[in-house]
Parts: sequence; C-alpha cells; structure tokens
Amino acid sequence: MNLAGAAAQFTELMLALLLAPLLTGWVNQCRAWLQNRSAPGLLQPYRVLAKLFDKEVVLAHNASPLFRTAPYLIFGCLALAAAIVPTLATGLPLNAAADAIALVGLLALARFFIALAGMDVGTAFGTLGARREMMVGFLAEPALLMVLFTASLISQSSSLSTIVDALGHREFAIYPSMAFAGVAFTMVSLAENARIPVDNPATHLELTMIHEAMVLEYSGRHLAMIEWAASLKLFVYSCIGLALFFPFGIAQGGDWLGIVLALPGLLVKLALGGAALALIEMMSAKMRIFRAPEFLGTAFLLAVLAMLVHVLLEG
Amino acid sequence: MLQHYGPQLINLLAAVLLLLAFAMLSQRRILSLINLFAAQGLVLFLATALVAALTGQSHLYWSAGLTLALKVMLLPWILHRLIRRLNVKWDVETLLNIPTTMLAGIVLVILAFNLAAPISQLAGTVTRSTLGIAMASVLLSFLMMITRSKAVPQVVGFLAMENGLFFAATAAVYGMPMVVELGVALDVLVASLILGVFLFQIRERFDSVDTRHLEKLKEH
Repeated sequence: MNLAGAAAQFTELMLALLLAPLLTGWVNQCRAWLQNRSAPGLLQPYRVLAKLFDKEVVLAHNASPLFRTAPYLIFGCLALAAAIVPTLATGLPLNAAADAIALVGLLALARFFIALAGMDVGTAFGTLGARREMMVGFLAEPALLMVLFTASLISQSSSLSTIVDALGHREFAIYPSMAFAGVAFTMVSLAENARIPVDNPATHLELTMIHEAMVLEYSGRHLAMIEWAASLKLFVYSCIGLALFFPFGIAQGGDWLGIVLALPGLLVKLALGGAALALIEMMSAKMRIFRAPEFLGTAFLLAVLAMLVHVLLEG
Repeated sequence: MLQHYGPQLINLLAAVLLLLAFAMLSQRRILSLINLFAAQGLVLFLATALVAALTGQSHLYWSAGLTLALKVMLLPWILHRLIRRLNVKWDVETLLNIPTTMLAGIVLVILAFNLAAPISQLAGTVTRSTLGIAMASVLLSFLMMITRSKAVPQVVGFLAMENGLFFAATAAVYGMPMVVELGVALDVLVASLILGVFLFQIRERFDSVDTRHLEKLKEH
C-alpha cells in the first residue's frame, strides 16, 4: 500500500462522511418542493446532527451494553462500506478489502445490529420494527446479490472496483440486461433505505413505520450516530447505483488530477439521482406491509431476468 | 453507426418487450393493462422498423406501419371503447398470488430460452438471439390468458400473444410473407370485434364479464 493510495482512500472516506447528510438534505428539499411545501435548508441534517451530539443520552433502565455499542458498530459498518464503494477513484487500498458479496454482507451486519438494538429494550414498537426490518432485508438481499452478479457476469469480476473499470473504460455498448438490473436495483434501494413505497422516512409515530420504530429508544449522540449512518446508507446505495449503471468519469488508481476532475461529476450525478429519488417517492403511495414481499419479489425476478437476458443476448 | 448499434438496440427493444410482458402478467387494473398492450405494440413497431432499416427489407416497413396503425392505435382504441361501454373501466381483478405467477413466468422464460437456443444457432439473421425472447413473450401471454378470470384481460392476453408471434417471425426469418401478415392482422382485428360482441352477450347473460360463470353447465 503506497502513501498516495492511502491518502486518496482517506479523502474518499472523508468526502463520503461529509457529503452523506448533504445528500439527505437535498432529497428532503426536492421532496418539499415537489409537494409544494417550503423546503428546509440544505444544511438542516448537519444542524440536526450538531443538536443531537450536544444533547445528553437518556438510556432505558434495562438497556444492555449492546444497546450502547450498536450505534458505533452500525456507523462503522457503513463507513467501511462507503470506503469500499468506488466513488471518485478505483483501485484504492480498501477496494480490495471486500468484493460485492462481502459488501452485501457488511450491509447485512449493520442491519443485524440495528435489529438487535431495536429489540434490546423490549418495547413493543422496537420488536415490531426489528421484525419488519428483517423481513424486508431477507427479501431485498437476494435481489441485490442478483443485480451485482449480473454486473459481475458482464465484467468477469465480483470486485466493484474492477466492475467499474470494466464498464466505464470500454467502448460504449448497450446492455439490455443492465436495464432490467437497474429497475431491480432501484426497487431494492427504495426498500433498503426505508423510502416511500415500503416505509415512510418522514414519520415518527405511525403503526406502519419500520426504521423509525427500531430507533425510537435512542437519544443524544447515539441517535446522531444512527441518523448519520442512515444518511451514509443512502449515500452508499446511491454510489453503488452510480458505479454500476453510470460508471463514467471515475478516475483510475491514485491519480490526483483524475480525482479532482471526478468530484464535480459525482456531485452532479448525486444531485440528479437524489432528485429522481424524490420524484419516485412523490409519485408512489406507501403500500401495506404485506404488499412488500410482492414488491421485493418482483425486484428479485427482474434481477434473475437480467441474468437470463445476459446469458441469452450478450453471451 | 446504425450498423454498429442497430443489433444492440434491437436486443434492448426485445428486452423491453419481455419486461412489458411481465408487467402485463402482474397488472391488476384493466385500464393499465390496455395501456401496457399499446406500449408493447409501440416497442414492436420500433423493433420492426429498426430491423427493416438494418436489413433493407422493404416489406418490413409495411408490416411496421401495419403494427403502428393496428396495435398501437386501432386495437387499444377499440378496447378502451369496449371497457367504457361494458362499464368495467376501473375494475380491479383479484389475482391469485402474483409472486407464484411470476415464478411460473420465470420457468417459462428459461424453457423458451432453452428451446430457442438450437434454432437461433441455425438462423443467420441479425436478430437471431431475440428468438428466445419472442417465444418467452408468447408463452407469458398464454400464461396470462390462463390465470385471468375476467374476459377483457383474456382478450388482451390473446392480442399480446399475437404480438409475440409477430416478433418471433421478425426475429427468425425477417417477417412472414405479406399475404400471411395481412391475413393475420385482419384475423386479429375481426377476432377482437367478435370477442367484443361476445363479451356483451356474456354480460347480458350473467351480469358480469367473469368467465368462471361459463364453467358451470347448469343454472342454480
């Protein structure tokens, strides 16, 4: 591992940590505009984080050590995931730490801890949210894996960095299978990030909530870590999507000029992606929780179809 | 430019055709089903026109024009009028378990791909790899006709099956002879008109267009 590579890796990680709340703020702002409300400021998520870090932590009497450590574990998992996904450059030191399958495992580990923490205090809401989260997770994970396998079949590698290199730096070609995979990935990321057809991120007290139900017991800096981790998750999923479907303009290796040039591209792509996410959320209605298996089953089937179409048309 | 990206674009359109076939399989609302059918016709028109432009087969332009006139405009219009007059425009059908149907669809797609693989190796056309998709969309429309109980979706399934057959002909041998094509187009048109009359008869007899009533032999 050389020094330049490590420095580039550090830049990428810091950028992910700093940009993630901004992306959440941007999506919220777009949503507010589309709903004809006056939007909260773009920096609102940072203010919320600062406020939460400032407040004291209130713990339930029967909270175990797991409840106190879980926010840091979740945040750590997602920060590592953000470092592994190539956002600005490929071939960085941590890119080799995990391939696409291990990345899905890392995201699953974060989900495991948040579900455990939700059940830890023993409130009804927490258990309910944890169960729903696990249900959504076990349906969404295979679909996500299938999407990643399709990209791996095209580029002959399961490492995200190599996939980006293969897809982004070759002659332009139309891949019908990636169209299917793109639709499937959009559906999975909506479900995984607690977005509207599956869960509503804007509610705090509703019987249908999933993510918010699990974190009801958290307060102070713990809640700040969890909120930041949720923003990071949205950022990581957006970057996986960009890496798979729009891998243009990502620099190779520790090429500093390339990294500087890749930054505006990334910002534009994220802004467009966030606006598209807000638009999807605006146009769809929240479904009943029992419709979620149907929604995610469709995503899985689309991802399988993507693989089949790849074998038939592009093999 | 066209020679290079043309086959890839045809593959993309074929994939969209398959996607639309799956969307129709899982669509509950009759109105959206007809819109999906029109969209499928549009994709078919684009694919046929593209094959015509790539291969220089001028009769394919005629069949592309026929597709546009008949399947994108006339038939959806007839169907829209039909559901308006039958008063089933906002009908929602309770399907049995969509994931199971979709799984059956996937099995059919694998079957069709396997069946088509040896045939497409023999064919020498630019579109040979899409034959599997064409067969899959025929089978999926067939599955849709089987799983639906209301009459209008069954009619749409029948018409979608013809779409698949048409695409198969284009993919395998650059379209059928003009006489056959005109004959089939006319057949479909007449069939949809007759089915329309038939639907009115069913409704008059049973007060609904649910074909399950037809399975009973006796009146209770």
